Amino acid sequence: MGFVYALIAAGLSLIFGLMEIVNFAHGEFLMVAMYVTFFAWTLAKLDPLVSLPLVALALGGLGWAVYHGIIRWVLDGPMLAQIFATFGLAVLLRSAAQFLFGIDFHTVNEPLLSGRLALGPVFIGVPQLAASVTALGAFVGLHLFLSRSETGVALQATAQDRQAASLMGIDTERMFALGWAIGSACVGVAGGLLAMFFYIFPDVGGSFALLAYVTVALGGFGNVPATLLAGVLVGLVEAFGGLVLTPALKYSAVFALYLGVVLWRPQGLFGRF
Amino acid sequence: MAPAGTVRPVLIRAVLGALLLGALAFPAVFTLPFPRHIMIMIFLYGTLATAWNIIAGYCGQISLGQAVFFGVGAYTSSLLFKETGLTPWAGMIVGVILAVIVSQIVGYPVFRLRGHYFAIATIAVGEIVQSLIVNWDAIGGARGVFVPIKRPDSFVNFQFHQSKAFYYYIALALLLLALAVTRLIERSRRGYFFRAIREDQDAAAALGVNVAREKLRALAISAALTAMGGTFYAQYLLFIDPESVFPLSLSILICLVAVLGGVGTLWGPVLGAVVLVPLQEGTRVMLGGTGKALDLLVYGALIVGISVFQPGGLMALFARSRTAGSAR
Repeated sequence: MGFVYALIAAGLSLIFGLMEIVNFAHGEFLMVAMYVTFFAWTLAKLDPLVSLPLVALALGGLGWAVYHGIIRWVLDGPMLAQIFATFGLAVLLRSAAQFLFGIDFHTVNEPLLSGRLALGPVFIGVPQLAASVTALGAFVGLHLFLSRSETGVALQATAQDRQAASLMGIDTERMFALGWAIGSACVGVAGGLLAMFFYIFPDVGGSFALLAYVTVALGGFGNVPATLLAGVLVGLVEAFGGLVLTPALKYSAVFALYLGVVLWRPQGLFGRF
Repeated sequence: MAPAGTVRPVLIRAVLGALLLGALAFPAVFTLPFPRHIMIMIFLYGTLATAWNIIAGYCGQISLGQAVFFGVGAYTSSLLFKETGLTPWAGMIVGVILAVIVSQIVGYPVFRLRGHYFAIATIAVGEIVQSLIVNWDAIGGARGVFVPIKRPDSFVNFQFHQSKAFYYYIALALLLLALAVTRLIERSRRGYFFRAIREDQDAAAALGVNVAREKLRALAISAALTAMGGTFYAQYLLFIDPESVFPLSLSILICLVAVLGGVGTLWGPVLGAVVLVPLQEGTRVMLGGTGKALDLLVYGALIVGISVFQPGGLMALFARSRTAGSAR
């Protein structure tokens, strides 16, 4: 789970690092991705693993559209306007899903991968394992793209100093849109993976989004590699918190972890702000 | 022009006086429960948003955990009334004291954080408190608390089943109290401290403002007013559960009201409540109940629209017309 959390959070972190906007609709993007996966499976008989690139592409498109339709207009506004623009978008997407698809829980039945593996006394579900491996792969891909490719470096430059980047001939407007597209595509992949073994319903994004904010803040805003570590940490604390305390309190354990860490290091574990 | 400057304050006072008279006379004119209910909700959310405005609008600390104080107020008075029969009025005071204590315990560490880290930390606090209450069986857990119904209506029991008029005036009094507190702060030395912290915390500290102490005071005032709103809510609905008084969505709704009206202004939160509450209740009545969430769809679209087209809140419209007037 930690890797999936990390991937969800990476998208958030990328967007934040780029323009210092927290996307409160991030969880709803995840929900949209899961529905896309679900419909690809029911209507076109595409297994979640097969439709994954498609979902990523669709979500990338959504992110791009949201940037041009909404974010561009509040970019220079106060922080509160930004929070509420994305929060309103969250309400909009969630209720649209409820309106269109109803509130029933859906699952992808009989995915290609199912069953579980026994590693000694520990059982691991095959879909979960595949999800974490794929998420890790996507994460490494994202990291390589950001640090090695020219576009990735341009993205990072924009994140560091908007004006300097535009003086160096980088089209920052395009970079912002690209950042939203990539950040959303990350959620798309995560959503596609989650759809293999998690229920799909309009409110599914909420709890994941909260964990994603905590993960991002834990790692430090805008630091994508640190998000991976934070994501794994959150996944572990959630699992062991559920085991040691009661399952009902596992999210409390995660939030307490966050509070503990930021009190010790107010900028997150590896934050640069 | 000179006369405009002297006429304007008088005019504003006259308008405010007329509004207050209108608010006082409202229950006499509208005797049906629904319009009164809307007004009560406007006053309640106006109060909560005004309380939030003190910590966020004036002091610049964006708290997304106001529901904690609301819930503490609601639970304290309800449980005391249920278990010991203590009048909710006294329960309200105990709730305020508890909320202030909680605010200081939470605020002391959390105020070391800034910006988004602070906002997310307050969300985390809110979520922890909510899940603790859900799992705390001694106070009802997820089942919530039913406030025992006492007949006949009495002021001591804070229950009025015959008419909403009493609730109406109590809610109005709460709102006026919150506005008066804000006004006092706005004009006091402390208000300048708060705004200095909002504008530049480090500069304020350099000039001798005790930043940590002032932030805690702002939060304490905000928590106290919010807890009073919580007690009122519990006595108005006579049923509370963690989902209704502790959720993140309530914390966010409180900010939304203030942001819509205009942050950091005295009347902004009230204006926001006047616009948002009827909108919410109206779309709920007209479009809700189908199980299709069409009301929320409209609501979400409106929020996006407002933040895109009017990021300064509705008060910015007034400010603009005022600056345009003085420029003439």
